[in-house]
Amino acid sequence: MLNSIGLQNPGVEYFMQNDLPWLRKFDTKIIVNACGSSVEEYVELAKVLNTLDIDGVELNLSCPNVKSGCMAFGTSYEGVKEVTSRVRKVLDKPLIVKLTPNVTDITEPAKGAEDAGADGVSLINTLLGMSIDIEKKKPVLANNMGGLSGPAIKPVAVRMVYQVSKAIKIPVLGLGGIVNGRDVIEFMLAGATAVSIGTGNFIEPEISIKAIGEVEDYMKRHNIEDINTIIGKVEMN
Amino acid sequence: MTQSHGQFINIRVSDGVEPLLRRPISIHNIEGTNIEFIFQVKGKGTNILAEKEVGDKIDILGPLGKGTFKYEGAKNIAIIGGGIGIFPLYELAKEARKTAKVNMYLGFRSKDFVVLEDEYRKVSDKFILTTDDGTYGNKGYAIDFLKEDLKQENIDMIFACGPLPMLKAVQSLAKETKIPCQISLEERMGCGIGVCLGCAVKVNAGDQEIYTHVCKAGPVFDSNIVEI
Repeated sequence: MLNSIGLQNPGVEYFMQNDLPWLRKFDTKIIVNACGSSVEEYVELAKVLNTLDIDGVELNLSCPNVKSGCMAFGTSYEGVKEVTSRVRKVLDKPLIVKLTPNVTDITEPAKGAEDAGADGVSLINTLLGMSIDIEKKKPVLANNMGGLSGPAIKPVAVRMVYQVSKAIKIPVLGLGGIVNGRDVIEFMLAGATAVSIGTGNFIEPEISIKAIGEVEDYMKRHNIEDINTIIGKVEMN
Repeated sequence: MTQSHGQFINIRVSDGVEPLLRRPISIHNIEGTNIEFIFQVKGKGTNILAEKEVGDKIDILGPLGKGTFKYEGAKNIAIIGGGIGIFPLYELAKEARKTAKVNMYLGFRSKDFVVLEDEYRKVSDKFILTTDDGTYGNKGYAIDFLKEDLKQENIDMIFACGPLPMLKAVQSLAKETKIPCQISLEERMGCGIGVCLGCAVKVNAGDQEIYTHVCKAGPVFDSNIVEI
């Protein structure tokens, strides 16, 4: 899927008053994805999030559809380190930094997150893409370029999860094109401690539940008692 | 779940990931617990869907959307549709006709695009069919025939679904004539269930403008509050 939807949402105050009480009705962990347009805004947001009944924060340093901020911070060791360390100072909750794949070497920003005291990194966000309507000779997206997600990017994501998990010691949350339990296992073998699913939910709202069932089948077939034992256990050629 | 006019379904046309996303298609007719939908073969997804045979199972998510045209209290309604936008209007006409008189205005590009004429005629008290090029029915745009009728007839509610230029024309006509009007919007959708936020649309809520989503808040909107 190629999208230029961006990060439309009514802001943290609306989230506090409306979404959070609703989410809290469910027996699950709540991790809030946060994005700002300046370092100061990230810090302000983190201060507010620190007071909320949530289980963690994922810093979005990697959305390709936001003109200022986000991806600008996420492409270098220094950029990621600066934002993350400023946020770390005001946030006591678990802090995950979400990384962009639109870089030459993704282990660099990953190290920036680790050195700044992040508890984990998540990757990958969408790959910058473009599609052209050949009849109109114009880009399909109104924003010209957008973020590519879904099964098309999975091999890139698996590769980067592997590279990052070898380069840093904090846990890696893997994502990018997961649509079933086999994909989950693949990410975990590459080095992911946990996974998340985005685009897959659009096709199948119960995709996570199905994937968990498929992971359990895999565990039975391979006599695995603890899923953590497969993390990073890919045997390279 | 019970389905109602104005709602849609989201169809997964293949078991694999190609094409990836579901195809949102409006509900055309409801008979008890059965629904009918009609689609135009346009791209990869609808091509695969067209190859399904009787007895094949199709993965359908729905009914989706708040849908539901509200015609309660209206005595003389006008329904105007264009192209594939006519399909969600059939069930509406069928139901509304139990309590109101229905004027139907359907516009098509040319003779080759005209479908279901008899079916729509049967659920209308007055039926007008137009083609842009005059190759079938009346020549011209459906909206011009509606405009003409509004001069003599006492229409108290308008419903529309069709291409954007038609909807815009209907919207301004409703504004001029102060006739309550509801329009059903078609929008590209990633999920159909309010998660991907791809089908954002601007609406006026009281004194402020807010964004909402066609799949969840619509696809039927009061033409006075929605920006198209």
